[in-house]
Amino acid sequence: MAVIRAENLTYVYGAGTPFERKALDGVSFEIERGEFVGLIGHTGSGKSTLIQHLNGLLRPTEGRVFVDDRDIWEDEKSIREVRFKVGLVFQYPEYQLFEETVEKDIAFGPKNMGLSDEEIAERVREAARFVGIDEESLSKSPFELSGGQKRRVAIAGVIAMRPEVLILDEPTAGLDPRGRREILGRIDDYHRESGAAVIIVTHSMEEAARYASRIIVLDDNGINCTGTPAEVFARADELERIGLDVPMVTKVFRELKRLGVAVNPAVYTVEDGVRELLRVKGGNVRGNA
Amino acid sequence: MDDAVLRAEKLTFEYDTDDGELEVFRDLDITVRRGEVVAVLGHNGCGKSTLAKHFNAILLPTGGKVYVMGMDTASDDLLLDIRRTVGMVFQNPDNQIVAAVVEEDVAFAPENLGVPQAEIVERVDSALETVGMTEYRNHAPHRLSGGQKQRIAIAGVLAMRPECIVLDEPTAMLDPVGRAEVMKTILELNRRDGTTIVLITHHMDEAAQCSRVVVMEDGSFIADGTPEEVFTQVELLRGVGLEVPQTVELLYELRKRGFNLPLDALGCDECAAAIAAVMR
Repeated sequence: MAVIRAENLTYVYGAGTPFERKALDGVSFEIERGEFVGLIGHTGSGKSTLIQHLNGLLRPTEGRVFVDDRDIWEDEKSIREVRFKVGLVFQYPEYQLFEETVEKDIAFGPKNMGLSDEEIAERVREAARFVGIDEESLSKSPFELSGGQKRRVAIAGVIAMRPEVLILDEPTAGLDPRGRREILGRIDDYHRESGAAVIIVTHSMEEAARYASRIIVLDDNGINCTGTPAEVFARADELERIGLDVPMVTKVFRELKRLGVAVNPAVYTVEDGVRELLRVKGGNVRGNA
Repeated sequence: MDDAVLRAEKLTFEYDTDDGELEVFRDLDITVRRGEVVAVLGHNGCGKSTLAKHFNAILLPTGGKVYVMGMDTASDDLLLDIRRTVGMVFQNPDNQIVAAVVEEDVAFAPENLGVPQAEIVERVDSALETVGMTEYRNHAPHRLSGGQKQRIAIAGVLAMRPECIVLDEPTAMLDPVGRAEVMKTILELNRRDGTTIVLITHHMDEAAQCSRVVVMEDGSFIADGTPEEVFTQVELLRGVGLEVPQTVELLYELRKRGFNLPLDALGCDECAAAIAAVMR
């Protein structure tokens, strides 16, 4: 069942000004309950504009957004509820920390939901555990933490609202490889344990392929294609043309295919690459015998 | 007599914190020669940025020496010459733009160096051309893409006609298109003008395009050599939480399974050719 449904979304920035620009043009899609979706597209393709529609930060110029089968703009007063259901973590969320302590910062969302103190305390601890922030750090100032820790605190602040959908806009931007793996691993665990739907926005085909079960590719302010990682990355040439980062291993397989080796070129992780070559080699060996 | 552009000798840096002295590195030695393109790898907190800031006297050693074209960075009278010799580009393009028009931004440094007006114009023209941003000279920087902004930041540094440019994760906040633009600009600069480049990065594919790779861990160098020499040390790099380029990783995994392959085919086409040869 779909938790989010977008129907024919169109959004125009600066309508009626000389800077008028269409950022989304007739976009329709659904997000299933518990799904892990990777949203990829180059800068300016409309990714950030799109996700801001999903929790009502932007109101579509045309089209509608449904959360739990309700048009989120049907009753404007209930838009707050939508923001609790669909949690959005912005790019570089660590710049948005503001409280005196980590605990208060994580508690900000649940507090606004009007929960009891006990409930808030429980959610803060749960969210902190999900992102790997220890008990001791809860009483620290967020500004005493490292960049990567701050980012995890910011994510915990959204998780603490127990949203049905968690959306993260480039959660690994600017991190080193270890930091990237750590954050994505945490999000993956959260997805599995909580059953919430997760949408990650990323430039990296590899990250999208590794974690998401479905990928949506945005280009020119519309959906270019959607499907499983294997279906989408089978079109690596086209993705590269629209400015996406094609993994090195995918390029290697494309070249192998061109060189006449009978491989399936839709490979985007090293593990898959090894498996594919072993399969082909195995076939060859038997064929030669 | 020697072609060292940057030289650190027994470089030590400590600073005071609430919990006492913190040592970032001790007795570090490195020489960067004219015309090299050196990638510095290492995870966050290993001391890369602190090292970079010693190369144009933003930070001064608490022990040992740093020389820029033979100039001791600790001598006050040489500060301007040192900053002119080594230009720095940082991670966040938005923090490096000072003017409201692209060409004024690029002119900022030479104006401050007291370069005559006619020469400023010439330097700005040539810097913008080098980074491929001439057509944007009258644009407002804030309306440019991240990659374009970084190229403007590089042009601003180029207008000082530096011998060496140190870039601290210049592509970390950019998308793949912006990253490719910046890498192309840096490499072109090196090839055409022989500008020495020090590039701090987390992207292994960028490091693979450099002439030399050094790896930092806990304030010391644990590897230093050509990309082929460094990236083939798979266990060492993984041990410190770094990745190797996917080409090497693929070759490494295949070798473990008995394929007779080299480990140093870093480029995608080169790697594919090596694999194709054993698949036949």
